[in-house]
Amino acid sequence: MKLELRGITKRFGTLTANDSISLTVQPGEIHALLGENGAGKSTLMNVLYGLYQADEGQILLDDVAQAFAGPGDAMKAGIGMVHQHFMLIPVFTVAENVSLGHEQTKAGGRLDLAAARAKVREISARFGFDVDPDALVEDLPVGVQQRVEIIKALSRDAKVLVFDEPTAVLTPQETDELIGIMRQLKAAGTSIVFISHKLREVREIADRVTVIRLGKVVGEADPSSTNAELASLMVGRSVELTVQKQPAKPGDAALVVQNVSVIDPRGQIMVKDVSFEVRRGEVLAIAGVQGNGQTELTEALIGLQNRVEGSITLDGKPLTGLGVRQVLDAGVGFVPEDRKEDGLVAEFSIAENLMLDRSDSGPFVKGGMLQLKDLAEFAAEKRVEFDIRAQSIETHVGRLSGGNQQKVVLARELSRDLRLFVAAQPTRGLDVGSIEFVHTRIVEARDAGTPVIVISTELDEVVALADRIAVMYRGSIVGIVPGDTPRDVLGLMMAGEPAPEVTAA
Amino acid sequence: MTSTDTRPVAPDSSPIVHETAVVRSWKTSVVLAVFTVLGAVLLIGFGREGTSGFRLASDGDFFALPDMAVSTMGAAVVIVLVLAALTGVSVMMTLRYTKTPLWLISLFAFLLLFGFLTWAAAGATIPVPGLLVGALGLSVPLIFGALGGVLSERVGVVNVAIEGQLLAGAFTSAVVASITQQPFLGLVAAMVAGVLVSFVLAAFAIKYLVDQVIVGVVLNVLVTGLTSFLFSQVLSANPGLLNSPPRFDRIDIPVLSQIPIIGPALFKQTIIVYFVYVAVFVVWYCLFRTKWGLRLRSVGEHPQAADTVGINVARTRFWNVSLAGAIAGFGGAYFTLGSVGAFNKEMTAGAGFIALAAVIFGRWDPIRATLAALLFGFASNLQNVLSIIGSPVPSEFMLMLPYVVTIFAVAGLVGQSRAPAASGKPYIKA
Repeated sequence: MKLELRGITKRFGTLTANDSISLTVQPGEIHALLGENGAGKSTLMNVLYGLYQADEGQILLDDVAQAFAGPGDAMKAGIGMVHQHFMLIPVFTVAENVSLGHEQTKAGGRLDLAAARAKVREISARFGFDVDPDALVEDLPVGVQQRVEIIKALSRDAKVLVFDEPTAVLTPQETDELIGIMRQLKAAGTSIVFISHKLREVREIADRVTVIRLGKVVGEADPSSTNAELASLMVGRSVELTVQKQPAKPGDAALVVQNVSVIDPRGQIMVKDVSFEVRRGEVLAIAGVQGNGQTELTEALIGLQNRVEGSITLDGKPLTGLGVRQVLDAGVGFVPEDRKEDGLVAEFSIAENLMLDRSDSGPFVKGGMLQLKDLAEFAAEKRVEFDIRAQSIETHVGRLSGGNQQKVVLARELSRDLRLFVAAQPTRGLDVGSIEFVHTRIVEARDAGTPVIVISTELDEVVALADRIAVMYRGSIVGIVPGDTPRDVLGLMMAGEPAPEVTAA
Repeated sequence: MTSTDTRPVAPDSSPIVHETAVVRSWKTSVVLAVFTVLGAVLLIGFGREGTSGFRLASDGDFFALPDMAVSTMGAAVVIVLVLAALTGVSVMMTLRYTKTPLWLISLFAFLLLFGFLTWAAAGATIPVPGLLVGALGLSVPLIFGALGGVLSERVGVVNVAIEGQLLAGAFTSAVVASITQQPFLGLVAAMVAGVLVSFVLAAFAIKYLVDQVIVGVVLNVLVTGLTSFLFSQVLSANPGLLNSPPRFDRIDIPVLSQIPIIGPALFKQTIIVYFVYVAVFVVWYCLFRTKWGLRLRSVGEHPQAADTVGINVARTRFWNVSLAGAIAGFGGAYFTLGSVGAFNKEMTAGAGFIALAAVIFGRWDPIRATLAALLFGFASNLQNVLSIIGSPVPSEFMLMLPYVVTIFAVAGLVGQSRAPAASGKPYIKA
C-alpha cells in the first residue's frame, strides 16, 4: 500500500511540532525518518496513527484521502505501529494482548482465546519467532515483547508498518534479527516507516531517508551517504561523533564491589553475586539491555535498595547499610536514569534544583533559613559554566529541554567534591549537541581523577566513553572487558554469552 | 577470536524467571505465637466455669442435630494446647525455610474463634444457624458494594463513593417501593440512584480529571446530607406513604434449605440474597472470560495501550463506573427492602467503606472480595449474637470487632496485593 503524507502540520499551543511535512512511502519500501529527539518524528507518526489530529494536511493511502478519528480507524485502513514504549498490557498473556480490540468471541460473548493463540502461532511461524501465546507479557524479555507488538500489528493485516525507534531496547544481535524481519516484511509488499536517530541502522536498511529537524523536512538523503553527512543534515551543523579523550591513567581501586546481590521486595534476586572495582581516573561502563539488573545495582550503590547482600566499599569505607544522605556525604555523585522522575523537581526553579541535595546544612541553609543570595550567585555561575539555556535561574526546570534539564542535574552533582561519580543513562533522550556536552563533562571528571561508572543501554555511548566495560545479563556480570572490545563481541555478551577471553582461559 | 564468535545467536525468548531468594520470614510464626499467648490469657487466665452450648439444629432440618455442650474450661485448655502445637509447627517450618501453609493459618483462626465462642458462651447457648443467617444478611450489601468497587477499580476509577451509592439505593428503594407498593420497582429505583451517583463520580473523574478520591468523599457527604435532610423533612412527615415499603419475603428453596446448619443461611433468604449468588458469578465470568471484561481490564491496567487498539477509554470507564453504581445501589436496597423495612438516617453506617476494604482484601477479584465481605459480615453478626446471649465483653468493645478485623485483614496484605495499574489515574489523551 502506498502511503502519502501531504503538508502535515501539528501545533501544540505555540509550538509547531510538525511544520508542513510531506512524505511518500511506496509499497515494499523501507523509508527511514531520521531526526534528533524532539525533531517531531513521533508526533508525525502519532498523527498518522490517529492518536493526534493534524491541524493541516492530508493522509493518503493508495491516493485516497483518509480521515482518522482515532487509532481504530487507522488500523482499519491498514496502518500498524510498533511503538517505542510498547503498548502491551503487562498482566495479560501474549494471546490476550494480540486479540485486544478485535477479539473473536464465541456464543454469549465468551472470548475465543484458542483462535487468538492460533493466530499468534501462525504469525510466529511465518517469521520464525518463538513466542508462547500463553506467557504473561511482563515476564518476557523486551526483545520478545517487541515481537509481540509486531505480531499484534500483523494480526490486523497491516499494510503500512511504522517502527518507532525499535532498536533502542535491543541487543545488536536482536537488532540484526529485526532488520531481517523488516526485510521479510518488505519482500511481502509491506510499506515500512522506520523512525530512528541511529545512523548506522538507517544506512543499513533504508531504501530512502527523509531527514527532519525542528519539525521540518530538511531534505532527502541517500542511504549511501556517510555518517558525517547524515549527522550534519540531522543536526544542522557538523558534529563530533566521537568523544575526544586521552587514554586513561587509572590509579588505585576506589570503589570495590564484592559479591553483591540485590533482592527486591517480592524476594526475587535482581542482581546476583556481582563483583567489580573502579579505579581512580577511569570510566567503567556497565552495559546491557534494559532490565538486566543495572537499575537495581545502581540503586544499591546509592543506598536506594533495602536488601543488599555483599560488600560495597569506597576508599576502604563501607557504603552498604548507609542511607542515601550518608552515601552522598561520602562523596558519591549520582545522575539518575530518569531525570524527570528522580533527578529534578519539575515545579522548582533551576536554582532550587541546584541545592536539592544540600538542603539540610551547608552554604545555602543557615539556621534553617535559605541563603537565597548565595544560592542565586551559585546558580548564576553554574548556569554559565554548564551552558544551561534558560531565561533565568528562576525558570522552572520542567520548562527546559531534556538536554538543559540534564545539564542542571550534572551541574548539581559535579559541583561537589566527588570521590565517585555514577551516571545512569546520562544521555537518554538528548539531542546530539547535549550528548557531546555530557560526554565531555564525564571525561573531564575522569581526567580529574574521579572514578566514574556509566550505566548505559546504548552501545554507542558505552564504546565512546568506557575504559573498561562490564556487561550485565539477567542480574549477573557476564564479563569485564577492555574499552576497545569489538561491538559484536559486546553484543553477544549482552545476550548472555561469556566473554571470549574468559572462555579461552 | 575465531569466526564462530560472531555467529548470530537466537535471542532467548523464554519468559524471564528470576530466582527467588530463600528467605526466612518470621512474620507468620510470631503472629501465631502472639495470638496463642493472648488466647491462653483470655481462655485460661480469665477462664470461666460452666458449660458452653452450641445449638446446631433449626426448624425443618432433615434431621435435628443435637445441641452440643462442652465444658468451658476443658475446651479452653484443649484449644490452647492445639494452638500452641500449631504455632510450634509453624516455627519448625520457618526454621526449615518453608512458608507456613494457608490451611494451618485457617485452622488456627478457626480454633481461636471456636475457643473465643466457648469462652463467651459459658453458661449460655449460641444458636449457630442463627449466627450464620444473620452473618449472610449483613454481608449482602457489603458484597454488592464490593462488586461495584471491583468493577470500578478494574476499569481504572477508584470508587470511594460506594457508601453514597448504598445509601442512595436504600433511600430511593424505600420511597419508590412505599409509593408503588412494588418492592421490585424499589430495586430498579435503587439501581437508578446508584447510577446517578456514579454519573457524578464518572463525570468529574473522567471528564474533568478531578482527584477521584476527593470526588468520592464529597459524594458520600453529599448523599448522606441529602438523604438525612429528606428523611427528617419529608419522609418523617408522612411515613405511612413514603417510608413503609413492603419487604421481600423469605423464600425457602425446597430441600436445600433443610440442610442442617448452613441450609437456612444460604437457602432460606429473600430474593436479594439469591441475586447475590448470581451477581458474583456473572461479574466474575464476564470480567475474566468475555470481550467486555478483557477491554475493561485493559483500560484499568494500561489505558494508552487500550487507546492504541481503538478502545475508547473514556467511554469504557464512564459506562462501567455507572454499572458499578447500579450494582452498589442494588445492594443498598437490601437495607430497606431486605432487612429493616424502612429508611433510617445514615443507615448504611460505614458499610460502603467496609466494602472498599473487602475490595482490597479480596485483591480486586470478585470472588475473593465476596469472601472478604462474608468475613466482615460474620464479624458484625458475631457481635450482635454475643450481646444477645450476654457475653462478658463490653458491647462497645464488641462493636469494634468488624473494624478491627478489617484493619488486620487489609494491613496484613499491604505490599502483597497489586491494584490495577491505572486505578485512580485519570487518562489524559495527549
